[in-house]
Amino acid sequence: MSEAWIPSAGELAGFRKAQRLAYDCAEAITAEMKPGMTERHVAARMKEYLLDHGADDCFHEPFAWFGDRTAFRGLIAVKQLGGFNPAFYPGLRRLEENMPFILDCAPTIQGCTADIGYCGVIGHNAILDRLMDDLIEYRQLILQQVKARRPLAEISRAVDALCAKHGYDPRHKAYPFETLAHRIEKLKDDGKKSHLKIANFGVRNISELLRDKLRGAREGWNPIWNSSDASQHVPTPGLWAVEPHLGFRDVGAKWEELLVVTDTDAFWLDDDVPHVRRWAQRGLWKQAA
Amino acid sequence: MTPSQIVQSGGIELAVYEWGKPGKKKPTIVLVHGYPDAASVWKQTAEILSQRYYVVAYDVRGAGRSSTPDHTAAYALDHLVADLAAVVDITSPDKPVHLVCHDWGSIQCWEAVTTERMQGRIASYTSISGPSIDHASYWIMNRLRSGSPEKIAQVGRQLAHSWYIGMFQLPVLAPALWKGGLDKLWPTLLEKVEGIGEVEASPTQTRDGANGVNLYRANFVQRLINPQERRTELPVQLIVPRGDKFMVQEIWDDLPQWVPNLWRREVDAGHWLQVSHPELVAAQAAEFVDFVESGEETPALKRARVREERRGKAHSGKLVVITGAGSGFGRETALLFAEAGADVIAVDINLEAAERTAELSRLLGAQAWARQTDVGSIEQMQALAAWVEQELGAPDIVVNNAGIGVAGSFFDTSDADWERVLRVNLWGVIHGSRLFGKQMIAAGKRGHIVNVASMGGFTPSRFMSAYNTSKAAVMMLSDCIRAELADHKIDVSTICPGLSITNITQSTRFVGASPEEEARRQQKATQLYQKRNLKPQTIARAIVDAVEHKRAEVPVGVEAHGSRLLSRFFPALSRRLARLDVAP
Repeated sequence: MSEAWIPSAGELAGFRKAQRLAYDCAEAITAEMKPGMTERHVAARMKEYLLDHGADDCFHEPFAWFGDRTAFRGLIAVKQLGGFNPAFYPGLRRLEENMPFILDCAPTIQGCTADIGYCGVIGHNAILDRLMDDLIEYRQLILQQVKARRPLAEISRAVDALCAKHGYDPRHKAYPFETLAHRIEKLKDDGKKSHLKIANFGVRNISELLRDKLRGAREGWNPIWNSSDASQHVPTPGLWAVEPHLGFRDVGAKWEELLVVTDTDAFWLDDDVPHVRRWAQRGLWKQAA
Repeated sequence: MTPSQIVQSGGIELAVYEWGKPGKKKPTIVLVHGYPDAASVWKQTAEILSQRYYVVAYDVRGAGRSSTPDHTAAYALDHLVADLAAVVDITSPDKPVHLVCHDWGSIQCWEAVTTERMQGRIASYTSISGPSIDHASYWIMNRLRSGSPEKIAQVGRQLAHSWYIGMFQLPVLAPALWKGGLDKLWPTLLEKVEGIGEVEASPTQTRDGANGVNLYRANFVQRLINPQERRTELPVQLIVPRGDKFMVQEIWDDLPQWVPNLWRREVDAGHWLQVSHPELVAAQAAEFVDFVESGEETPALKRARVREERRGKAHSGKLVVITGAGSGFGRETALLFAEAGADVIAVDINLEAAERTAELSRLLGAQAWARQTDVGSIEQMQALAAWVEQELGAPDIVVNNAGIGVAGSFFDTSDADWERVLRVNLWGVIHGSRLFGKQMIAAGKRGHIVNVASMGGFTPSRFMSAYNTSKAAVMMLSDCIRAELADHKIDVSTICPGLSITNITQSTRFVGASPEEEARRQQKATQLYQKRNLKPQTIARAIVDAVEHKRAEVPVGVEAHGSRLLSRFFPALSRRLARLDVAP
């Protein structure tokens, strides 16, 4: 593999800022969510929040999924069209009490992009609680195996096996290319307030991903991390947006975070994220540490 | 029986009987009798309960050795509640008591638990064969208003069971009957109608019967015409005798609307079950009292808890045992039954996996238990069956699903391989069918046994001799026991899945192969099955469907259907194909 980009401490601070903004956005919008709101309304509110707080581009526009759409049931599960499916876009589903929801946004600030996933419920949902508790094991498993330099496809299969053990469906397989994680590259900070988007995806970020795809094909690695043989290579240095997404019956849950991979090591960009704080509150995080 | 003390209540003297001594840590149980009885009807039950509790009973006003009011209005429910309160205040001044009530005693105690008068004085309530008159009135009105012929018929049937209530409203007649010989006849009647032998004639039977008529006269018409909404948050245990000649079971159907914390148990007994089954009444009362005192809910009580949201589903109230429930079809079957209202016992050799299935089933609203059992071990299967019978009663559905795989040449398959595969795949099914089939017969359950075989059971193959033989045996076993169990209305289904994705391919033993070669073949087989993509959910749905439609033999997947047709109509071709070396 030719000279890989390993983000500097200064660059990491930029990405951390973007990731904080994304999670702050999810938490702030969750605080204003009420039964009756549509996915489109909530996604639009997230977009406003991000723009108001300095985002100048994105990997993709915010997504919001409610109810059984969190587990990608129904039309959203259609995997033809190479994985792209209009049903992914926020729709007219209205939020109800005790209905799970997932918010997913990916803002770019001054060239640094984050991509996060956040789930919750207005009220109570026992299945969602269980899923969110169990998600801790995926965060540990992935980091531990990346640190051990296991091939990415094998890690992805280990995630599949953990899903089977838990009795969950690995719903990230409904994402385009069955993505467990995808690369994030640093963009140029050109000082512009906004950038081109096509079909809700940021052109600059997607171009980077395509460039990675071409380069990866030459060098024998895959910027999309999944269970396929194309990902059968040691972890590639750089930033990965990792997004295990679990489904049980009509409830889905996920988190999404940036994983920093260096030549010899790996770490989560930031441990101060909502799901980690939740695990700490519930006494799960300490046990794990 | 001689009263241990007399308690005054509103000018009436109540005869109180005590068993055992009050104690700081001993719960107090108060027993309230019905009509036409006196406290003596509780004698045997009280003696059993007094081994662990302080037990109190009293003669209701007008009955036994209590004094008789001089007018009918003095039998109104508020006076009866005042009597109960007076007895509780004297016998258990510091602690709330646990009520166990029968018939009219139960009607009174509904009034006590749903009104203000005794708030904080009652810890729990076990009710046998006596609904609140107000609840009954709403029950009747709701059914009549529903316009549903089925529901209106329920009211008709209940009224037919309550013929005597109407008769009691007539002047003179009922008391005159009691005084004119019915009192002497009563023990014989009980024996003839209820099958309760050797009932001691109560010395106060005449006044128990004649005075008690006033209970009906003072309350029934008034409450039926002008009912109040009566609710309680207290834990209430309902014991429903299936053979009650004075009550239809549907009378309890609306109770969850008034009582959120409700446990319901049905027993095979008649109306006077504290006389016919004193041990059973004592055991169930004690179990409930212990639960309320300690907060520890036994498996039987967990099953008995009325969960409103679980009612009306296809398998509500059923108990399902599933072996091999830690993964694959077994887990999916458990989850489907849990979603359909059943409670689940997840059995697996891997306890952690079984626990996980039980936990997921609970998330779907079921009660669920996990048991670690090697189905091939008769001792372990007996222990499992004994636990199920004792804690939860005979199951309604048993799915013998646990299985293992062996593949390779017949000559490479060792004795140990044969024993292993037959032990789990065949003996596991024999043990499960026999042990649980016996329980179903004994309990008179029209249950269902599902045995999971495989398309291998009718698909000869040169490299699957051991596995396919075990599955063919399961098919024949099921066919034979289906014939025998038909006498008991117990159904047997055989499920023959095709190439479905489960753990079995990853753990199949490939005989005659090195460990590396075995791992490679397991991987290959798994990939092949993944390509076929016959999901465990599909097999699980076929299992539930087989139970719901009483299907005898169910191939699942196009390959299973095809191979079955081939073996039936082109057996020579089937044998020819068996020679192909298609091993992975």
